Amino acid sequence: MIDFVGNKRWFFLASGILIVIAIVSLIVSQIQIDSPLRMGTDFTGGTSMILEFSPPVEQGQLREEMVDLGYDEARIQDAGEGSFIVYTREITSDEATTLAEKVGAALGSQIEITDYYLVSATVAARTARNAVIAVVIAAVAMLFYIVWAFRRMPSPFRWGTCAIIALIHDVFIIVGIFSILGGLAGVAIDALFITGLLAVVGYSINNTVVVFDRIRENVLKQVRPDFAATVNDSLVETLGRCLNTALTTFFVLLALFLFGGATIHYFVLVLLIGVIIGTYSSICISSQLLVVWEKRDWRALLPFAKRAT
Amino acid sequence: MRRGNIYLLIFILALFGFALWSIIPLDRDVFGREGLRLGLDLAGGSYLVYQANVTDVEPENRDEIMQGVKGVIERRIDALGITEAVVQLQKREGEYNISIQLPGIADIQRAKEMVGRFSLLEFRERDEEGKWIPATGTVTVNGEEEEQVLSSRYFKENTYIDVDQLGRPLLVFEWDDTGQQLSKQITGRLIGKQMAIFLGDEPLRGEEGDIIAPVVRDVIEESGVIEGLSLTDAQELSRLLNAGRIDVPLGRWVDGEFQPSVPLYERTVDATLGQDSIRKSIIAAAVGIVLLLIFMLVYYRLPGLVACLSLGIYGVVLLSIFKLWPITPITLTLPGVAGFILSLGMAVDANVLIFERTKEEMRGGRSLGAAVETGFNRAWTAIRDSNITTFIACFILIWLGSTLGAFMVKDFAQTLLIGVALSMFTAIVVTRTFLRLIVGSRLVTNPTAYGLTRLPGEARNVK
Repeated sequence: MIDFVGNKRWFFLASGILIVIAIVSLIVSQIQIDSPLRMGTDFTGGTSMILEFSPPVEQGQLREEMVDLGYDEARIQDAGEGSFIVYTREITSDEATTLAEKVGAALGSQIEITDYYLVSATVAARTARNAVIAVVIAAVAMLFYIVWAFRRMPSPFRWGTCAIIALIHDVFIIVGIFSILGGLAGVAIDALFITGLLAVVGYSINNTVVVFDRIRENVLKQVRPDFAATVNDSLVETLGRCLNTALTTFFVLLALFLFGGATIHYFVLVLLIGVIIGTYSSICISSQLLVVWEKRDWRALLPFAKRAT
Repeated sequence: MRRGNIYLLIFILALFGFALWSIIPLDRDVFGREGLRLGLDLAGGSYLVYQANVTDVEPENRDEIMQGVKGVIERRIDALGITEAVVQLQKREGEYNISIQLPGIADIQRAKEMVGRFSLLEFRERDEEGKWIPATGTVTVNGEEEEQVLSSRYFKENTYIDVDQLGRPLLVFEWDDTGQQLSKQITGRLIGKQMAIFLGDEPLRGEEGDIIAPVVRDVIEESGVIEGLSLTDAQELSRLLNAGRIDVPLGRWVDGEFQPSVPLYERTVDATLGQDSIRKSIIAAAVGIVLLLIFMLVYYRLPGLVACLSLGIYGVVLLSIFKLWPITPITLTLPGVAGFILSLGMAVDANVLIFERTKEEMRGGRSLGAAVETGFNRAWTAIRDSNITTFIACFILIWLGSTLGAFMVKDFAQTLLIGVALSMFTAIVVTRTFLRLIVGSRLVTNPTAYGLTRLPGEARNVK
């Protein structure tokens, strides 16, 4: 039988490292681009558009041309198949058409604006505010739900708290990864990122609840006198289900990621990472925290502290 | 028990048959729905949101006037020959937003130009040849005589609906000073003749499609009534006339300053990009589903096959729901498609939970039939509790999606919500019925078919 509970220090250490990396990346990003994550048009306002070139041009050429035309701040992202996503300050659709004509003439290529997107600063500020509210409400609602679902257990609040810590852990890691992607590849987060994040939150808690449900059942059946052993039994029993569900979801998401097109590429990536992290955290974080709390073995959270006997 | 299963099977097959009939072919008219409603990122098109500048309108009249502005925009877009456009009015924190969805083929530049214009309604009369020409009169402005058209600009107050002694609707209006001068001259010469009301070059029409052209009965000076309208026509006409009384520019506010004709939000997607997205989504869905089916078959064998069948039913019923959803039709956008595909992956979850549990029960020494029943019962609490968290997330997303910039979020959440709810049904009803029938028929009793590698002692004595 796999000893999950016995190895909890390693899980805490691994997650701790990931979270530290995430925080460092957020700070570095804050210093470099004045924002912990690179914000997309949805949150900052402005214009973004997909330009399709035929024949294709180099990203560098497009970049130079944009600077020449006075769009120094424009950010360009390769969307494959001769297309680029261009993020600029707010420009009207008329201005965008003129811009595309000028760039096309200079680079000797036909340009079509296949996707034009303008968000005013007012709307963007509202979206950003609501996105934050949504994430917070989601976390609180889930906490209440779990406390309610586990109301027959001694200290149901503890179960809820452990699940929420695992959830925050998932969110941190995903946010960290996108902060790094934002710094290295210029990936910006948009409203769909928040959507993906909340879907992941739902999925991760879903997983945690399945594991907790089994622990609850085994505690009530009193199969084992020791809580740690009960938790480990429950983890081993639900492992098959957790991995298989993760795998089936992973398959369909992977297909979407590889073939689904540029518009939802990073949205699917959020879901993809979320499925992995969510499964990991429900087995290796939330349930383990439950054991630590039950045993008051707080030192287990520290990687190199002496083992409690 | 067995009879109950047969009934359930008949129900499932009937449901499946109906769903299949309703979606094949997808664009056939079923209960007034033709095909799936595709969002602008799949079908191509424009989505524009404007703020209305209502500073010149009395606060108590704003709701009414904005309804009129919306009606005016609908008519203008219609006049451009753009069908399937959707114009919506949203009131949020005392602000009025007008959102306009235009399909991919539309002339968006023209549509935008039309939207920004002041919605003045003109009164017209017939010339000798019977053509409608503006009804004009002369007024004295600053001591000079000017020829002017009688229009909705000259209403003193908002028009309103009243009823006569017989309960028939009347549209009551009052002219301001200029309006009185014009109306007196025009109605004076038009007694016994018709007058029509024009928005741009289009006459206003009633519900039945006939031009609204009341006959002048008397000289109208201060106020008058229009009779002979149906209640709906009278209300609509009243709204439109009121909207034309005051200029309500559309644009947006920036730091307390109003910028006319600049949208608050605009998204325009080329129809070819949408086609491309649909093609890619179909490939992705096909690859994902095939991988999923292979995995389920290899890992769970017979129950896996049952899961595949119920997943097939799930997919068909879900598509049918998307097509036939009542009240507000569900719009499928790219994130919505992702939600659909994700829900396929998650739909398997309930099945996996049940099968794992059943296997465990068989290992624990239960007979096949008993293991299936216990598996279902024990897995139910986990299925119920875990899906509720997804529902919570979906409801919050639907709220978030009602904010302007994030309308696609709502779409994703809606599809995921419906998908997860349906997946609970397919797992609990469809998969269970199939498994019970197979187990009950004793066609397959070999435990290896159920994914067990070694034979548990008692499982051989299948009853």
